[in-house]
Amino acid sequence: MPLVAAQSTADIAHNDLRDYVWTMNFGPQHPATHTTLRLVLKLDGERVLDAMPDIGYLHSGFEKIGEHLDYNQYVTVTDRMNYISPMANNVAWHMAVEKLLGIELTPRAVYIRTIICELARISDHLLSTGAIGLDVGAFTFFLYAFYQREKIYDIFETLCGARFTNSYTRVGGSSHDITPLVVEKIRAFCQDFPKTIDDMERLLNRNRIFVDRTKGVGLLSREDAVNFSATGPVARASGVTRDLRKDEPYLAYADLDFNVPCMKTGDCYARYLVRMVEMRESLKLVQQAIENIPSGPFNVGIDERTALPSKQQVYQTIEGTISHFELVMANRGFEVPQEEVYCATEAPNGELGFYVVGDGSDVAYRARCRPPSFINFAMFPHLIRGHTLSDIVAVLGSLNIIAAELDR
Amino acid sequence: MSVPAPPDLNERFPCVTCSEFRGDTRLVVPRDDLVALFKFLRDEHHFDLLVDLTCVDYLKYRGAENRFGLIYIVGDSRSAARLTVRTFVNEPDTVVPSVTSLWRGANWLEREVWDLFGITFDGHPDHRRILLPEEFTAHPLRKDYPLQGLGERHNFPTITRGEA
Repeated sequence: MPLVAAQSTADIAHNDLRDYVWTMNFGPQHPATHTTLRLVLKLDGERVLDAMPDIGYLHSGFEKIGEHLDYNQYVTVTDRMNYISPMANNVAWHMAVEKLLGIELTPRAVYIRTIICELARISDHLLSTGAIGLDVGAFTFFLYAFYQREKIYDIFETLCGARFTNSYTRVGGSSHDITPLVVEKIRAFCQDFPKTIDDMERLLNRNRIFVDRTKGVGLLSREDAVNFSATGPVARASGVTRDLRKDEPYLAYADLDFNVPCMKTGDCYARYLVRMVEMRESLKLVQQAIENIPSGPFNVGIDERTALPSKQQVYQTIEGTISHFELVMANRGFEVPQEEVYCATEAPNGELGFYVVGDGSDVAYRARCRPPSFINFAMFPHLIRGHTLSDIVAVLGSLNIIAAELDR
Repeated sequence: MSVPAPPDLNERFPCVTCSEFRGDTRLVVPRDDLVALFKFLRDEHHFDLLVDLTCVDYLKYRGAENRFGLIYIVGDSRSAARLTVRTFVNEPDTVVPSVTSLWRGANWLEREVWDLFGITFDGHPDHRRILLPEEFTAHPLRKDYPLQGLGERHNFPTITRGEA
């Protein structure tokens, strides 16, 4: 398959004429890519002249599947997009669907969703900062991070029964209510976590090898970040202050107190630091939200015919039976307008939006996902040009590319 | 959050129509004005971020007049202001001017739309498939392409170790 440079400069064309420029294949199976992605590198000795990403190895047609599964079923597919923070994807998908359907959530559901979104952010950042440490040689750091990630898995397991692919949200609410046991586990986590994050910062923030490997590597200026459509921690490390949680407060973010960490340097080290500080801010959000969960129902009421009724209601009341039957039968469920909406959330990796087109049936006509990994990875050749071969793993780690979301 | 359309929009672009649904402002623009409109939005109203670029195939959509709708979502990098811009194209002339000259981030997004919908972007620097292999002939997110595929998966050439 012929591969051509995405944006070849005159300099590279000139270099092509020299006989010591050679081409190297990186991936698709490589420990530092973590998943399946391939780079074709043009090297001058150890210096990368150009990189040509070749993606699509994990393309599974998620958007096509979205046109054949109904609004509640598709949540299982969103789990598999960014599988290191599935809860954030679940919430993003159902927020878009609820915007299309015009459903207003109960205050309790809003708080539950805020808590799980922030726990998902912590678990994502633990993995992404852990992985960048692992790739540049700091193995202990990764183990500290993963130990805490296990605890978040435990919380999710207690909440909904699944550790990894949660599929937690439903149209108009969620599959399970938050129980006192979950609250207790989250409180224990909140108490335990600051100590670990202190340890993690002490391990790496001033570690000479780590700083030398990441500082000044993969520079992204503010102008380039905006021009390349970067969002999330990658953009915030380059001086873009945009954070949808602050600028467009959805869920319960308007009620809670938190800061948005930003840096101006725009290198791998800045992206790492932004993620570390974001974890502390997320923890603050979880601590505030967990103490203020409103009482009341966690799903939209049964008479609105949007949320699936609980099993108890289905088996013991006639309204529950009818409501369940209508929602599960094809073309009897929701009243879907023939309209289109775009709804975005601030996922751990950046702006995760869904463009949903409704056609009146209970299946989306089009379920487009704006994948932050795909858009962040597009600037990889720009970031790596001029650096050495060993910097590739640092840049890949700092962008936090999840190939399942990249290829969908 | 979506913001109202700029007040001087209709003065500059009389053919642009504007609608609203659940707080989203949507502009519909003829294909020929697309790049000029984006330049206007970016340089004069600070919509400097191309949030998303995608396409919808309206083949089986009730009441649709056009086959393909291209959807551009532009935003402001300093706030959450957002506008949806749509343009429509029909077969056989499925060519749209590329916006890569305004946003380099549009490069992969346009390649993805070409790959999955078969929309050609005029002026794109690297017009190749991105997710599917080069040998693929169909555009699978079109509505006339079946969910199960057309058997491409079973007909890929197999390379044995000896030949490789």
